[in-house]
Amino acid sequence: MSKRNGKAAKAAPEIPVRMKGAQMIWEAMVREGVRVVYGHPGGAILPAYDALSPYEAEGKLHHVLVRHEQCAAHMADGWARATGEVGVCVATSGPGATNLVTGLATAQMDSVPVVAITGQVPTKLLGTDAFQESDVVGVSAPVCKHNYLVTDVNELPLILKEAFYIAREGRPGVVLVDICKDVQNAEGTFRYDFEIELPGFEPWPNVDLECVRKAAVLINQAERPLVLSGHGVQLARMGHELLALVEKAEIPVVTTLLGTGNIPESHPLSLGMGGMHGEAYANQAVQSCDVLIAVGMRFDDRITGRLDKFAKQAKVIHFELDRAEVGKNIVPDVPVIGDLAETLPALLPLIEERRHQPWLQQLKEWKGETAQTDILNYEVDELIPPYVIRQLWFATHNAPGGPPIIVTDVGQHQMWECQYFTHDHVGQLLTSGGLGTMGFALPAAIGAQMAYPDRLVWAVAGDGGFQMTLQELAVIKQEHNLPVKVAIINNGFLGMVRQWQQFFYDKRYTGTPVWSPDFVQLAAAYQIPALAVTRPDEVGPALEKAIATPGPFLIDFRVKEEVNVYPMVAPGAAVDQLIRRPKPAVMQEYSGVQPSW
Amino acid sequence: MKYTLIAWMRDKPGVLSRVAGMMRRRNFNIDSLQVGHSEAPGISRMTFVVDGNDRMVDQVIQQLRKLVDVTQVENISEQPIVAREMAMVRVATNADTRAEIVQIVNIYRGEIVDVALDSMIVQIVGSEDRVASLVDLLDNFGILEMVRTGPVAMARGRLERSRRRGTAVWRAQADGRDAVSTERFKTGGV
Repeated sequence: MSKRNGKAAKAAPEIPVRMKGAQMIWEAMVREGVRVVYGHPGGAILPAYDALSPYEAEGKLHHVLVRHEQCAAHMADGWARATGEVGVCVATSGPGATNLVTGLATAQMDSVPVVAITGQVPTKLLGTDAFQESDVVGVSAPVCKHNYLVTDVNELPLILKEAFYIAREGRPGVVLVDICKDVQNAEGTFRYDFEIELPGFEPWPNVDLECVRKAAVLINQAERPLVLSGHGVQLARMGHELLALVEKAEIPVVTTLLGTGNIPESHPLSLGMGGMHGEAYANQAVQSCDVLIAVGMRFDDRITGRLDKFAKQAKVIHFELDRAEVGKNIVPDVPVIGDLAETLPALLPLIEERRHQPWLQQLKEWKGETAQTDILNYEVDELIPPYVIRQLWFATHNAPGGPPIIVTDVGQHQMWECQYFTHDHVGQLLTSGGLGTMGFALPAAIGAQMAYPDRLVWAVAGDGGFQMTLQELAVIKQEHNLPVKVAIINNGFLGMVRQWQQFFYDKRYTGTPVWSPDFVQLAAAYQIPALAVTRPDEVGPALEKAIATPGPFLIDFRVKEEVNVYPMVAPGAAVDQLIRRPKPAVMQEYSGVQPSW
Repeated sequence: MKYTLIAWMRDKPGVLSRVAGMMRRRNFNIDSLQVGHSEAPGISRMTFVVDGNDRMVDQVIQQLRKLVDVTQVENISEQPIVAREMAMVRVATNADTRAEIVQIVNIYRGEIVDVALDSMIVQIVGSEDRVASLVDLLDNFGILEMVRTGPVAMARGRLERSRRRGTAVWRAQADGRDAVSTERFKTGGV
């Protein structure tokens, strides 16, 4: 795809064909290379579903029937995160479209390219509060990169092409196309050789090489440099270049939640994740560095903690594609705006080979104080979640078919996954970072598994989040026994909320205890083999059995109930003011850091 | 501090709501907003006055630029500009005050555009403070009804560079022509 602003590469002229609007939708998708669409039919989208059948019969497109539209968006999201291609979801008007919104917001917050197609009531009924009418363009606008209401069939081909173009180019995002039912039924002229002209859309800003030079000077002078790398590195596929850069100048790397695996976490320069539940030494490194090189990240409050106390000793260099993110939370000393695929290769030859032994030695000392190794390998007599996650890593990291993909839900287990699973490859962890959507794991894992049928895909969810979308287990079966493995970290609580209640609300556990069904029996009802695990020595064998069993498998890990995620930066506190991990890992009284509210 | 911004955007349904929605969502404070046609068919011109600081205004501009329908944004706060707003004021009158009001309006180079026995409508075009100052004076006689447009603005002096604010398709749509056939004509298709 071309990287000229506001213009796509010009296609060869084609002869227009007459077809119905409904067919145009699928014809455009085939042209865009879409293979799978996730959706749920309904009245206003029926013409489109009718036109889909020849495309399914010819094997050009495959439709996956979801059990709730939110999960259609999550599946498209999981597909898109795993492949980097645009994911597609389809829903009907009214409730179908409003159900999509959570999933679309999730994808948009994490810059995932998704195109959503929704049916709308016929043009003449628009605005009459017709059956299953909702103002979908209005409802979805705040959570979309762009959206369209189509009321004229002749505009449909251009709009569809623009939708995919906008979703994919620049910082990826969500585009929704709301198509009136009469437009789907109307016949129009289809062609797809448009030259897209959007003067208001500047996906690839021009790189100012002077800024790259200034950045190089700062980096070359630094005594205690640090890279803070985020999702942008993965989106630009610049992991190798980043690794080459940090190895050349010996710069340690802290990642954001979505940046995990940007450089291999077993690499000596990797400090793992920073922020609210980042390791203490990673946050200490951020606070002590003299040059902070932020690469493809947006200084989210979960990574910065209290902004006015963040990286006070550092000159900040911000490599970022989206201009609006530069200066939004942190004003950088050197902004480098542009595609990382242009700026990082331009930066690399300007960087001198350097060694920063005193700095790395210092980091090593800090690491020694708070090392997680005691928890990685120590003997446990109770089933605690970090142990489960570590065993999951032991069991899966050498899986045939490529590095395993772990899809997490949101909460304590998500943070434990980040801490105790060693991500050595980009894109190994798919998780809802920005919006923090519970119920994300299972549907997104289904999307990722369909993108990579041969790779090992694990959905790791808490008992709370799993129950938000567990109906999608039916999709696993309907899609011919997709080999998605599910691990439920079942602690009987909405764990992360409970942890906050313990720390900040005097242990008043309001609304956090969770009653759950017997997940093994539940899986049996869906004809999915399952096991319950209650003791540490059962974990390894259960994981092995799950992996050895063809098709799906579910394990209900009935873990110790009140275990906390450490370290923790209280919301609104500076990132080096943290509640440290107790040794050994037993409950620790709240250390006295006050939240900001 | 107050900033004056100008944005050009596609003239189509929903664009105003996108801009207003973004402003509300990002918690930006708009003092006034005025929208109308520009010199380019299919492109509207919006004048904002926002209250805030440099960083906030920078965010407003960047977030506006991210909206696909917004084709251009300019901050003209630092430039010499011509900014004008219009107001219509229905002010209460009687035989005693009518002459005095007319006199005041003349000083301000306003116009009386309608007269009734007990009131008249005063129209004034001018800078924001000139309008405000006349409104203050008229208030002494009793304002029955008022409408102010909020300022529209242009930078003074020569236009430095030519701008492309729309596409052939959009202009065609604005002129009521079939956009697809225009596009086809342009790309040389059938």
